[in-house]
Amino acid sequence: MNFDFSDDQKQLRDQARKFLAEKCSPKAVRVVLDGKAPYDKELWKGLAEMGFLGVAIPEDFGGAGAGHLELCVIAEEMGRANAPVPFSSTVYLAAEALLIAGSAAQKKKWLPAIASGDAIGTLALFEGKGNPAPKNVKLAAANGVLNGVKKPVADGTIADFAVVAARTGSSGRDSDISLFLVDLKAGGVEVKSLTNLDPTRGQAEIIFKDCKAEPLGAAGEGWSILTQVLDRAAVLCAFEQVGGSDRALEMGRDYALDRIAFGRQIGSFQAVKHMLADMYVSATLARSNSYYGAWALSTNAAELPEAAAAARISATQAFQHCAKNNIQVHGGMGFTWEFDCHMYYRRANAMALGLGSLSYWEDQLIDRMRKKNAA
Amino acid sequence: MNFDDTPQEAEFRAIARAWIGANAPKQYEEDLRKSSLGRTALKNADILDVAKAWQKKKADAGWACLHWPKEYGGRGSSPIERVIWQQEEGPFGQLSRMFIIGHGMCGPTMMAFAREEHKRTYLPPLASGEKVWCQLFSEPAGGSDLAGLRTRAEKDGDDWVINGQKIWTSGAHYSDYGILLTRTDPTVPKHKGLTMFFLDMKSPGVEVRPIKQASGASDFNEVYFTNVRIPDHQRLGEVGDGWNVSLTTLMNERSAIGAAVSTGFPELFEYCSSLMLDDGPAIEDRAVRSKLANWAVKASGLKYTSMRAISALSRGERPGPENSIGKLVAGSMIQDVATYALDLQGAAGVVSGEDAELAGRFQAMLLRAPGTRVEGGTDEIMRNIIAERVLGLPGDIRVDKDVPFNKIPTKGR
Ligand SMILES: Cc1cc2nc3c(=O)[nH]c(=O)nc-3n(C[C@H](O)[C@H](O)[C@H](O)COP(=O)(O)OP(=O)(O)OC[C@H]3O[C@@H](n4cnc5c(N)ncnc54)[C@H](O)[C@@H]3O)c2cc1C
Repeated sequence: MNFDFSDDQKQLRDQARKFLAEKCSPKAVRVVLDGKAPYDKELWKGLAEMGFLGVAIPEDFGGAGAGHLELCVIAEEMGRANAPVPFSSTVYLAAEALLIAGSAAQKKKWLPAIASGDAIGTLALFEGKGNPAPKNVKLAAANGVLNGVKKPVADGTIADFAVVAARTGSSGRDSDISLFLVDLKAGGVEVKSLTNLDPTRGQAEIIFKDCKAEPLGAAGEGWSILTQVLDRAAVLCAFEQVGGSDRALEMGRDYALDRIAFGRQIGSFQAVKHMLADMYVSATLARSNSYYGAWALSTNAAELPEAAAAARISATQAFQHCAKNNIQVHGGMGFTWEFDCHMYYRRANAMALGLGSLSYWEDQLIDRMRKKNAA
Repeated sequence: MNFDDTPQEAEFRAIARAWIGANAPKQYEEDLRKSSLGRTALKNADILDVAKAWQKKKADAGWACLHWPKEYGGRGSSPIERVIWQQEEGPFGQLSRMFIIGHGMCGPTMMAFAREEHKRTYLPPLASGEKVWCQLFSEPAGGSDLAGLRTRAEKDGDDWVINGQKIWTSGAHYSDYGILLTRTDPTVPKHKGLTMFFLDMKSPGVEVRPIKQASGASDFNEVYFTNVRIPDHQRLGEVGDGWNVSLTTLMNERSAIGAAVSTGFPELFEYCSSLMLDDGPAIEDRAVRSKLANWAVKASGLKYTSMRAISALSRGERPGPENSIGKLVAGSMIQDVATYALDLQGAAGVVSGEDAELAGRFQAMLLRAPGTRVEGGTDEIMRNIIAERVLGLPGDIRVDKDVPFNKIPTKGR
């Protein structure tokens, strides 16, 4: 057994961490946070040059063909740096959907463009309130033309294309849902920016009006493809969340060593020590669950659905827990715009919702565990 | 990232599995599988007898205390082989809980500090379960603050004379030997005046009085020492160096206990899968599912944390203080799980023992759980360890650090 990343993968992590420390300082993140740019274009280009955008894309399609464990390693660093780029939308959602269900032509068109940083992609799934469920997909597709509204769509304002979930039947079954690929620059769409919890990653409303779209995957298979995409993205996001948890814990620890009150370092007060110890515990449990998810993802194991849900829940809880207590450790400073604590708090709470809420994944996990036990 | 055995590990696993398959006391398998924290009940048998018989059988075939050197009754196995053995031993491993203090704490301390002839004499019967050992550390005045203990050891010729009292000593009532931490010099600061020994529990002047626990069981004891004589050659480590010796024991305690923690989750999941509530199956209730999911990820998080630790072991790394999280998380989890299982039973949850749902399994768990959060270091001490040794935060302020022990105030105001 080697339930750990390999030395090569650890080297990749060091490389990514170093790169991001240089190119993605909190100051750089703030340019996007303050609304001065929709995302960090320089960083995006740099990530492409480093080969990080295409790390799990096969070489035939312009990627590095390394694999999903390597992508997990990079995801963790993206989360640690709180990177203000459309990485999760493009790489975990759009690229994975293409890898799973795209035709040769579709892969050829979009995957190399993703790897080179020339195309930003996203997934248009939600339509207002509610979690991922076929019944919540109302946007209609008829004869390759879409009509309806999607919101929120992560990175929708900057995306070049979207994978869109649409209703193609009225049987009441999962097979009513199909996926489509839409070139967002080709007309038939109107995009509005939405203010949101985490301005370092934009959210949009996209209105599709007689918009031409090509099918992605077979008709009626949309829901089963989506489930796979969401499971994979759940593992990858979990690594971002683990990276964010670790960074929030580290910030809290460093501040606790630095700040003096009542003539002592605040880190010598047990209430503070124990708060940080509990942050460490949740971050560790999340990391371990995520490693299991990574193993399942990289081997395409039958355990993936269960492992993905466990990683998702654990990492969501850990990031929220670490981010909120990081502010608490910092006291009033933690609540200023000036300090970076709120960036992680925002990211933690936005990420907790992006693939469906915590309660949705709790429900999924128990369903999946039951199925496994029944089998 | 994989769960695969190396070829050597696979070979070892196959041999272990075959031996266990042919030799384990199968008639108790079902009882052992159903026992969890709170109860290891065997029908129509005394668990100590069954445990001793299984341990002896293992020892005779070279499967006891695998990682100990052969000359001390072990097998000289690698740490990873020990883990494989535990995986293969499965429910029968529950029986070794009877020896966990001897094997997990006393043995390693003896190995590090006893004379060679003593190791060769005392360790093999400890490994084989023929002799049971206990750990005489805690006292009324020294629990978390272990170095506050008062049991005196005074030199008299070639012997030491012991007077004082220990408390919470698990298994003392059936133990043959014990390791004993004493104060040999009250005029120096508390950590400096301690000395460690091992002794025969049948020595004149040792009196063991079982304590009835909150759970109703009597697994631990008070032990009184009245002019008990211990020969100097049974001293472990230097005079005054007992604190260091005890740290070896405590480090081993954490990894021994940490590896054996139950969470109660598999039991709860199984229960909810079949339980019918007023308005349908429990497992289909949203509130139930949410609770289960939260505990599920804690249980799996612990499981994979220990696999990461095992991977580190197999690379030759030493287990560190991060292993404290197992007991910390599982301790309160099992308490919450038991509380919730009873909540699901409604008014009937109040009934315990054989008359209760599942023969009182969750009731037993509930009543045992508080002890898990205290034994081997309380939750608070575990958090201190993580904060100080993993995260590098400052140690607690110790007002008695440089004060001679006999000048330390002994009561609050
Ligand atoms: C089931 C069981 C089996 C045991 N078996 C053995 C055994 O075989 N041999 C043996 O020697 N001992 C044994 N013990 C004793 C055990 O090690 C002690 O009970 C434990 O270390 C706590 O000490 P205490 O009981 O004196 O509690 P105290 O130290 O008095 O603690 C009381 C409370 O104060 C808190 N506290 C104390 N110090 C601090 C601090 N620095 N920071 C924050 N909070 C603090 C504690 O967390 C706790 O909540 C056993 C205990 C139990 C429950």
